[in-house]
Amino acid sequence: MTTPSNRITARADEQIALALRDLYGRYGYTHYRMSKFEEYELYVQNKDFIGSGGIISFTDTDGKLMALKPDVTLSIIKSLRRSKGVQKVYYNENVYRVSKGSGVYREILQTGLECIGEIGRYEICEALLLALKSLETIGRPFRLDLSHMELLTSLIASAGVSEDAMEELVTCIKRKNPDGIRELFASCGADAEKGDVIAELAGLYGKPHEVFPVLFELLQGKETYAYAQELSEICAVLTELGYGDYIGIDLSAVNDMNYYSGIVCRGYLDGIPDGVLSGGCYDRMMKKMGRDCGAIGFAVSLDRLDLLNTAVRTKDCDVLLLYTEDTSPITVLKAVQRMTEEGITVHAASRMPEGIRADKTVRLNADGTVTEGE
Amino acid sequence: MLNIALPKGRLGEKVYAIFAEAGYECPAVLSGSRKLIFENEEKGVRYFWVKPSDVAIYVERGAADLGVAGKDIIEEYEPDVYELLDLCMGKCRMAVAAKKGFRDDPQRTLRAATKFKNIATKYYASKSRDIDIIELNGSIELAPILGLSDVIVDIVETGTTLLENDLQPIEDIMRISARLIANQSAYRFKTSEICAVKNAIDGVIRAKGLSS
Repeated sequence: MTTPSNRITARADEQIALALRDLYGRYGYTHYRMSKFEEYELYVQNKDFIGSGGIISFTDTDGKLMALKPDVTLSIIKSLRRSKGVQKVYYNENVYRVSKGSGVYREILQTGLECIGEIGRYEICEALLLALKSLETIGRPFRLDLSHMELLTSLIASAGVSEDAMEELVTCIKRKNPDGIRELFASCGADAEKGDVIAELAGLYGKPHEVFPVLFELLQGKETYAYAQELSEICAVLTELGYGDYIGIDLSAVNDMNYYSGIVCRGYLDGIPDGVLSGGCYDRMMKKMGRDCGAIGFAVSLDRLDLLNTAVRTKDCDVLLLYTEDTSPITVLKAVQRMTEEGITVHAASRMPEGIRADKTVRLNADGTVTEGE
Repeated sequence: MLNIALPKGRLGEKVYAIFAEAGYECPAVLSGSRKLIFENEEKGVRYFWVKPSDVAIYVERGAADLGVAGKDIIEEYEPDVYELLDLCMGKCRMAVAAKKGFRDDPQRTLRAATKFKNIATKYYASKSRDIDIIELNGSIELAPILGLSDVIVDIVETGTTLLENDLQPIEDIMRISARLIANQSAYRFKTSEICAVKNAIDGVIRAKGLSS
């Protein structure tokens, strides 16, 4: 008998979710459970933070407009108590968003963590380390890209780009499109020299030791130099911990400027065409929600990991056990039990089922003996 | 190995010639065979021909690491890809055209026929002009002639087709040319290969004096 390869085990993404919970737990993050619903109002106020349009809403029995959560972070900020020090929580929740490709709602399993309160250099490094470890847990070649939002935002703010052109500029930066950035600066009469720097910055990509020398030279004597310095110090910490080769510096990773500030990160896995992890410091978001403290967090989209489930199941069970209608249930059950105790998986049926694949088929005789073959 | 999606057709052949000149040739590509995939293991490239409007999808979803797509396709579908280089080929423009003598009456909803729904919507939204989009798949020029629409939003190369049908371009929306695009994840895990291709092609374009 072959070894049973199809015993019920957790799927790859379920195992990863468990491993991540364990990881966050070990660093003192506590599990945060919440309801699937949230007041719709919360998302109206912070529409841009959610990013994708479309929220599933419904009227509650008391007439209040409710929504199926499109995001977890906002609910956590809202419900955490105001206190001194830092609060560390992690979550593993479904969110409901419109998928970009098909334009229909999808249920997305997200896991992630939030660290809220008096955020210092240690908390930032810890969160980024956990982001790196989260990607490592998945067991594929991975990369965590880091950026400092202020590097670009302060340059953009002082470059004199008109408000209408801002959205296009951000798109060009995100697409690493240097020609587009220069063209846009030329067309709206903004500071061309700053446009060149922004184009250079957006195009930069590489490991810390490759990017920082170029970056420091580009920003020499500019007010944004300090932000590059901060980013490089954080990278040095993570490099010291052995993660230097897994970090990419990518200044084109600009999250929404109204919410994020400081360090932002995005994680990629080889074999998945887009990012699976996204996060950063969102102090501006905290301010918007009336909280006078800092915050950092990230989320991993576990549903994207489905693409990594490449192992194709070749069979449904080891043995297909066929019995005749006149065989008593107890005889069938005993035969099945004998096999399962040997570690064999069995599908018992009185008729040949359609679409079931097994290593072999055996027939159960009325006296409890089995004969191989149909 | 880099997977590269090229747009089928005349532009694709010109684009391939640039890749070949940049040192990424794969002679089988021009053999005229019906094969869809061509590989040059030594150079580390695998080309495949796809419908021009599909290139961005292949690249966004990671089936191709690199691809060449028109700016029109990138703006219309807004794929999450990197737009690394303007190849300065296949140059044309996206424009609004109408029958000669057309005058836009702002009191009426403007009816616009187009293949590029997203581009047209964004353009008129930026001007706060109320429009009615009529999505067509071909022979857009017919629409204003038959009174189906007031204007069309379409690609204009020389303007000959417009002229022959008594139409004329009235507003330019954007400049269009072929762009080298890259998948976001591949850009991270194949950084040096992708940058080598980009730089080699940039070199060829500059040497030819194509760059703008």
